[in-house]
Amino acid sequence: MKRVAVIDYGMSNLLSVTRALETCGFAPYAADSSAALSDADAIVLLGVGAFGDGMRALTERGLVPSLREHAAAGARILGICLGMQMLFEYSEEGGRSEGLGLFSGGVTRLPDADADGAPLRVPHVGWAPVRAADGRGLEGTALAHLSVGAEMYFVHSFAAAPGAPDALAVALRGSIPFCAAAQRGNVLGCQFHPEKSGPAGLEILRSFFA
Amino acid sequence: MSGRKIRLIARLDVKDENLVKGIQYEGLRKLGKPNDFAVRYYAGGIDELVYLDTVASLYGRNNLGDVLRQCAQNVFIPITAGGGLRSTDDVRELLRCGADKAAINTAAVRDPALITRVADAFGSQCMVLSIQAKRTANGWEAYCDNGREHTGLDAVEWAAEGERRGAGEILLTSVDCEGLRRGMDAALIEAVRARVTIPVIAAGGAGSAADVVRATRAGADAVAVGSLLHYGGADVPAPKQTLRDDGWEVRR
Repeated sequence: MKRVAVIDYGMSNLLSVTRALETCGFAPYAADSSAALSDADAIVLLGVGAFGDGMRALTERGLVPSLREHAAAGARILGICLGMQMLFEYSEEGGRSEGLGLFSGGVTRLPDADADGAPLRVPHVGWAPVRAADGRGLEGTALAHLSVGAEMYFVHSFAAAPGAPDALAVALRGSIPFCAAAQRGNVLGCQFHPEKSGPAGLEILRSFFA
Repeated sequence: MSGRKIRLIARLDVKDENLVKGIQYEGLRKLGKPNDFAVRYYAGGIDELVYLDTVASLYGRNNLGDVLRQCAQNVFIPITAGGGLRSTDDVRELLRCGADKAAINTAAVRDPALITRVADAFGSQCMVLSIQAKRTANGWEAYCDNGREHTGLDAVEWAAEGERRGAGEILLTSVDCEGLRRGMDAALIEAVRARVTIPVIAAGGAGSAADVVRATRAGADAVAVGSLLHYGGADVPAPKQTLRDDGWEVRR
């Protein structure tokens, strides 16, 4: 059974994702140090809260270099919500903070108005259908089954603007698209919460870590 | 707000380890294990669950944790929980048990600054202001303790103040309609909708899919239903299909 390390850096509730991984047939465990990552087959990076706090917490636990090493060695790494944002080069949340740099591009605040000036609420909370980013297909990715338009659950105030090769999927707020998922090789980031998005969300975990 | 998608929420009132349902919060009947119902609604495609501990605020205790932990074992959608929450520590504990949002009524009435503290600590999306509204001669008054205790607050004004203080959603229950299954208080929903921009979850009184549609037309972003589902009157897909037939967007 695949051992999936769920990074525990004191900033998120591990229960839901742990149970979701178990339901999908994996063996999750909480990992709070680089030593604890050594026998992981794959890694989940969660996160709730501010970007700068999250990166500081990873740094204090010595997890920044080891996450980069695992990514370079080909380990499957899934970032969820803030965990996804931290995979990018930087965020503008609370002044500029450096991220892990596994994806190109940065993280910026969601716009508070639609193209026509209608207000858009921040944080963005709720279910939204996810589709392939321009020039990308979802075939062969962990999101392949979403091509029928399954909706995912989002809770966020910031979103990533990935460099073109890393952009995988988008969702809409009003008429404005934002990055819903990014992927580079063995590293996948989801702005939404697959562990809170019903059976279609669980299918992403099952498919990515299979 | 563009792209308004209507959520159907199952409301699970719990007392100790049991799912209960009353009429206007009185005469609670035991219906069974909450998790059995939660799993059924999840399988049916419910969008969210709301757990409310009906006795916690009366006896000053909180036993929701076990129920939530059990729910998190096999239900993978957003979960709101409330009943007797008094502090950010109480909220943190509920989140640790698998909840995503906290519904707060009594403690917010006694200490409105708690709304801001919870929103600052966990994000406004986590802070659901629960309002139990009862009709008066010229409007609605907010009540505490399951519709038993006056607050002296105008329910509509209180909703507006809640938004100003950082609430991310209003869970709006009509005490008059609650449990009767004779329809929801559309005027109440309209009045609150007109005063806040945050999502309004309408609760209390839905006895049919048509009642859910009427609440939505009155301005609800989400409708929380209890009896309608618990007593087998409807499976989850039925009210969602009725909403769709009326032209509303709902999650597939």
